[in-house]
Amino acid sequence: MNIATLTLTEARELLAGKKITAIELLEALIKHADALNGDIFAYNHTLWEQARELARRTDTSLPLGGLPIAIKDCIVVRGQPATASSKILRGFVSPYNATVVELLMNAGAYPAGRLNMDEFAMGSSTENSADGPTRNPWDLSRIPGGSSGGSAAAVASGMALAALGSDTGGSIRQPAALCGCVGMKPTYGRVSRYGLIAFASSLDQIGPITKTVRDNALLLTHMAAHDPRDNTSLKNAAGDLCRDLGKDIKGLKLGVPKEYFAEGMEPDVKKCISDAVAHLAAQGAEVVEVSLPHTSLAVDTYYVIAPAEASSNLARYEGVRYGTRCADAKDVLDLYERTRAEGFGAEVKRRILLGTYVLSSGYYDAYYLRAQKVRTLIRQDFSDAFQKCDALLAPTTPTAAFRLGEKRSDPLQMYLSDIYTIAVNLAGTCGLSLPCGFVQVGGKKLPVGLQIIGRPMDEATVYRIAHFYEQTTPWHKERPPVIAH
Amino acid sequence: MSDSAAHIDILHLAHLARLAITDEEKRLYTAQIENILGHIDAIKKINVDGIEPTAHGVPLRNNFRPDEPVPGMPAEEVLANAPKKSGDLIIVPKIVE
Repeated sequence: MNIATLTLTEARELLAGKKITAIELLEALIKHADALNGDIFAYNHTLWEQARELARRTDTSLPLGGLPIAIKDCIVVRGQPATASSKILRGFVSPYNATVVELLMNAGAYPAGRLNMDEFAMGSSTENSADGPTRNPWDLSRIPGGSSGGSAAAVASGMALAALGSDTGGSIRQPAALCGCVGMKPTYGRVSRYGLIAFASSLDQIGPITKTVRDNALLLTHMAAHDPRDNTSLKNAAGDLCRDLGKDIKGLKLGVPKEYFAEGMEPDVKKCISDAVAHLAAQGAEVVEVSLPHTSLAVDTYYVIAPAEASSNLARYEGVRYGTRCADAKDVLDLYERTRAEGFGAEVKRRILLGTYVLSSGYYDAYYLRAQKVRTLIRQDFSDAFQKCDALLAPTTPTAAFRLGEKRSDPLQMYLSDIYTIAVNLAGTCGLSLPCGFVQVGGKKLPVGLQIIGRPMDEATVYRIAHFYEQTTPWHKERPPVIAH
Repeated sequence: MSDSAAHIDILHLAHLARLAITDEEKRLYTAQIENILGHIDAIKKINVDGIEPTAHGVPLRNNFRPDEPVPGMPAEEVLANAPKKSGDLIIVPKIVE
């Protein structure tokens, strides 16, 4: 058993066949993670003792029995810290489990370690973590993407068998693409948001980041369920999402949105995506050109709606009920203002101020209401496109991983790295990124992600296409240099 | 930047957001947010007459659940996270003079 390359499915077979115990598996994982985390910093809290305790109690006869799952630091686990990589939540210990954690534990899995992220999931590089940046396992001078950068880096380097992330504008798919993993942003309402530290509630969704498509479908199948504690949870959320794995793609119609190929993509990345489209066409899919005419407005719409919701959601951090509190407040206003000034990082403050602006008197109609109307047009674009095809093929990111510090000083440039993922959140549908090739930059290989966008609630078809592509191409067998022996 | 560049009153926004900001932050955030708003300007130019706003990706209305009492979290576990407390109470600076 090579722990660095072991998939979730393989680990499940070893456990079910009693070839290994849950605690042996965890100890191997801890040894590997401890050797690499100093360089990569995927985990901001390892909590191995708690993981050992949970591993001893798991029942390996259950569907996910004995499988450790690493958790992004914005998804709460009872008795464990949950900080969303923010200074303002230092010391917070969750008194309850997120629904998704409860569901995974009911299936026999258990939470093992907490993963670094951009503070409150705001960012595309994991440089906005109050605990320090995570590095890309393929090139330690580069960012892993974000905001679920810790999740993707942990899975790519084998420090986690699988991880949970969250995706508000690309925060699962973009890091999965830049680290060479499989990442799924499920349909809005598929996975309960109860216990997810809220960023932008109408866009947030929890999803899995894994080494293979099969692992991803397996995990999401056990995460998807209706939850009365999340008012936007869908009644028909549960389902077997592995059911179409292994089917071929003959007869499927795959749409290529022409606006996604128009400009902005690096030529090497574009070649990988075009090759992937050609491969699927050669294997029997019918490729059709489609149009998503409002694509150019997606980033703008997102940067009105997401900060507006964030400014409201983050009002709860005021130093009264939980989290940190400033010293020697002279009155309540002073307590609020200084607690928030000391506790939030620069990007979070910037988005709170931007969100406050677009919601403020005199600007609400011009920005927020208007953005919600444009959101309708973006949603309609996807409905129209899905009249003509079963799924869409697109790039996940316009470039491969960039260097640490490269975009930090220019927030707008950072925002544009989510240009191909944001519309999926606005439309509320599902999207997955999986490896589709590599580019060479400065003598290093960097992974590129293909995005497969499905109809709402049609994750099974997305997995079918992704699994077929994965099994007929060599990319998922490539390993980053930190674990290539 | 667009020709109809937005000008923001950063101190007013910071007050609304209950956020103390330094002089340096004032300059930085004003420039950055005005730059972002300049980019966002495109959505102000598109015709949205008669278009219904979308609040959620998957529209759901009146998602009621039975009005039945369920146990809450134990007070001591919730209060364990309070930065300052006394017994079952959270301590805050005096509000009423």
